[in-house]
Amino acid sequence: MLKTFLLGIVLGLLATAGALYGYSVDQVREASILTVNPNGGSVESFHINVPMDRIMIGAPGQSGAVPAGLDWPTDEILADVRAEMFKIRNTRDTVIGVAIRTAAKNNEEDIIDWVLHLPARGSVFVQMDATPREGGFRSGEIRAGSREFAPLDGFMTERWVANTSVEEDAPIGRIELTGTYTARSKQTDGEEANQ
Amino acid sequence: MKYIITLILGFFIGAGLFAVGLIYNPFMSDRNLSPLSVTDAEVITLNFSSVPNETIAYTNNGNALQQSRLEAALRLWKAPIRSASPPHPAKVLQLWEAPIRSTEAMVTVMRDARNQTAGIGIKFSSDSEKSRLLHGETIADSVWYIYLPEQGSFFIEQTENYWPFIRAVAFPAWRSSANNWRGNWLGDMTSGPGALGTAAVSGGSGRVQDLEMNGVESLSVRAYSAERGLVGAEGRLIIELPEARDESAGDSTTP
Repeated sequence: MLKTFLLGIVLGLLATAGALYGYSVDQVREASILTVNPNGGSVESFHINVPMDRIMIGAPGQSGAVPAGLDWPTDEILADVRAEMFKIRNTRDTVIGVAIRTAAKNNEEDIIDWVLHLPARGSVFVQMDATPREGGFRSGEIRAGSREFAPLDGFMTERWVANTSVEEDAPIGRIELTGTYTARSKQTDGEEANQ
Repeated sequence: MKYIITLILGFFIGAGLFAVGLIYNPFMSDRNLSPLSVTDAEVITLNFSSVPNETIAYTNNGNALQQSRLEAALRLWKAPIRSASPPHPAKVLQLWEAPIRSTEAMVTVMRDARNQTAGIGIKFSSDSEKSRLLHGETIADSVWYIYLPEQGSFFIEQTENYWPFIRAVAFPAWRSSANNWRGNWLGDMTSGPGALGTAAVSGGSGRVQDLEMNGVESLSVRAYSAERGLVGAEGRLIIELPEARDESAGDSTTP
């Protein structure tokens, strides 16, 4: 009887250790949809359907808060700061991440920053030029990234595309983000290490 | 029959012993001292509320609203632990789609060392595939975007280990009959990617433009509910500025 009891304890220890060893967090992955750029690098497109993918608009003095009940701070220091949070979709129209867009005016400097967070892949920080280019889009440099995006340089564009569909539940438009990724050169890495 | 019952009883006792040994394992010591707490460099200290309903906005998959006690207990072992909290404000869009279901997003006011509003911080945090319970690692991959009008913008990449928090706060709360915990717990959440367990901070604009820095996020908890998540808690981010560019002190402090 005692031997059976001890055997049970050993089995319990082993089973628990095995279960914890096998325990893992698995992020749901959507296949990346990348196209190769003829001049080097790869291109990936994301879009945001407005207003259905908008999680939050934070801006001072706005009427009709999104979401309802949002209490945006009224501090003077944040008077020129506007932050929006969205879900982002791939070209198959599947939600694959979340993003934040921040627009701010500080003295003479206009800032438009994006951070895209794709849970299974990493995050990317993009700083847009404040002035739109010909054609109504903005372009910006990839300043930093995490995990899959850490070794990448490149740029990203943002563009507003108004909806032309007459369907009743169609979005009023979409924000298109197109990222062009290139591998960070070894020379740049070496220079950074020296700094 | 009595042998089978004895075997099953022994099995559950063995499983319980292993779980208790894992939680109270003295060899999995908590890291008590942040490398930035002994730095001579200039640092920026930012405080923020970690309690979801004290933030500007907080959202997750919304499961906390309908999960059973068993689901809440299982959820305890996964990072990040704030997912026990319901989204705030109540009508904020929830992150229910499969690729973002284990992600949470928080928008909060960042305050300086004098407790004055210094800017806005947005944090995205996702369960990490690097989690290894046997090694005492319940990891979250998280990024911060912080905009401080007087300093500039920051992008912070970090991995956080919630194991010390689970061991000291969440597990005692789950074990208690009232499902809550009260006390004082202070710990560094940042565990990487820096070699010394620091976060990688990139400056985007302003006086920190193009700077590469280190940072550490810590959490101070006073009250926690196994059902509602953090009830009383403050977060703190310390960003170490490079020594070469320490002009115009602003709100920064030197320890």
